Amino acid sequence: MIDHPVALDPARIRPDFPALAMQVHGHPLAYLDNAATTQKPNQVLEVVDDYYRHSNANVHRAIYELGTRATEAYEGARQKAADFIGADSRSIIFTRGTTEAINLVAYAWGRKELHPGDEVLLTEIEHHSNLVPWQLAVKDTGATLRHIPLGADQSLDLTNLDDLLSSRTRLVALGHQSNALGNVNPVAQIIRRAREVGALVLLDGAQAAPHFPIDVSALDCDFYALSGHKMLGPTGVGLLYGRRDLLESMDPFMGGGEMISSVTLDSAEWNEVPWKFEAGTPNIAQAIGLGAAVDYLTALGMDRVRQTIDDLSAYAAEVLGALPGVTLYGDAATRSGALSFNMEGVHPHDMAQFLDGVGIAVRAGHHCAQPLMERLGVSATTRASFQIYNTREEIDRLGVAVREAAAFMLGV
Amino acid sequence: MNDMRDLYQQLILDHNKSPRNKGPLENSTSRAVGHNPLCGDRIEVALRLDGDMIADIKFEGSGCAISQASASMMTTVLKGFSTGRAQELFEKFHAMLTGDGGDMEQLGKLAALADVYKFPARVKCAMLPWRTLEASLDSQPAMISTE
Repeated sequence: MIDHPVALDPARIRPDFPALAMQVHGHPLAYLDNAATTQKPNQVLEVVDDYYRHSNANVHRAIYELGTRATEAYEGARQKAADFIGADSRSIIFTRGTTEAINLVAYAWGRKELHPGDEVLLTEIEHHSNLVPWQLAVKDTGATLRHIPLGADQSLDLTNLDDLLSSRTRLVALGHQSNALGNVNPVAQIIRRAREVGALVLLDGAQAAPHFPIDVSALDCDFYALSGHKMLGPTGVGLLYGRRDLLESMDPFMGGGEMISSVTLDSAEWNEVPWKFEAGTPNIAQAIGLGAAVDYLTALGMDRVRQTIDDLSAYAAEVLGALPGVTLYGDAATRSGALSFNMEGVHPHDMAQFLDGVGIAVRAGHHCAQPLMERLGVSATTRASFQIYNTREEIDRLGVAVREAAAFMLGV
Repeated sequence: MNDMRDLYQQLILDHNKSPRNKGPLENSTSRAVGHNPLCGDRIEVALRLDGDMIADIKFEGSGCAISQASASMMTTVLKGFSTGRAQELFEKFHAMLTGDGGDMEQLGKLAALADVYKFPARVKCAMLPWRTLEASLDSQPAMISTE
């Protein structure tokens, strides 16, 4: 017998999230833009508030009691984040978010290790944050970008992967899960093939980490990036996991306090990993808040989180897919978390505007993935994205409102 | 829903569904492309000037209901205008969308877009055709952007 994790009961989750009780334009807020950012539970808000009230001091510097508390809480959050993704805490670097984590690799590893003739393999569906840093890196180094294409079924087309991967490939960088399509990419297969040609692998986990259990050692990736605010934590904090030996061999990304062990007027020696990469006073309160978000998700169980989000996503595809004139995007076999769609004759911005009028928050636009939009032949899509606190009733409201929007805009 | 009726007045919905003067303009004397990177809207405005007079004006491209209707209504109003009068109307239209009132009487049917100012994120949509028109009259950059 296979044990399916039991989906979470939103009635027990929702009271933890004060923002969800809001009314918007006279309607209860249905917050369906979780791929952009998630709402925060009291457990996170209180930890951040408590830090400022009772532990506020700079980390790793102060000799006094408050400094000790701050440092313990900050390093404690690093340990929690490490445990959350199956890593050693010394291989976890706190950053401002996924974007900064990827840029850290593109600068500290890319500028040092990429040379003319080298290749970096991405995909056609990357978020701009895993595309533009590499465009800049290859421009500086003379390396070349290549892209795994999107297939007709809107999953990655791995048919020509053997041609795309070669001894010239130094790094494969791709999203673990697509923010625009919801696809969970076949990273195990891609990583195995990347290993065969000796390429490193970076996974953008911004969408995956809030959705299902992550184990970086089982994945066998070299770098993993994620954002705290997309997984119930505060804005302004994220992390980069990096293989220790790689982090040791990389030069610092930014210079300043904290990241040095000794400094003279002419030179400096670097602090140990991971502090070598954390120049300046870090986002202490936010990192501690991320630790609280990890505690919250861990207590619920990431298997149950995944089941809950998968159930909601499947239900949304069923509800929206049944509406005349609606096109769903993404790979139906792996799609979850985010659901991109369009209603014939209604521009996504008009759709989002109409939905806002009835209290439903969704995203309309290119989702920071303009090459993907071009590939799909659309200028934009509307995207509904889900978290553990969303309900089937909210999705029912979405379905009704999408149909009403079409009737309103098209006068039918 | 009342808010939606303010923003999407019947005239706007009508121009969105059946845009006027949409398509290529033969013998155009000036043109410009406008782009709103935020939403991917893209509009091309083409003019045929007879001396200082806008003898004909058409637009092409795709976008949301607000930008499409704004473009359609703009073309119906401006035909026969001098470039100077078109520029004056641009200023009045812009004033209306930024909540500075504007001269509703002179704006005529363009006043249907008056409530867009209550939706700051959409002001750019309504302005896109007009900014593109301005660029085509200035014969300045061939491509303008609302960002």
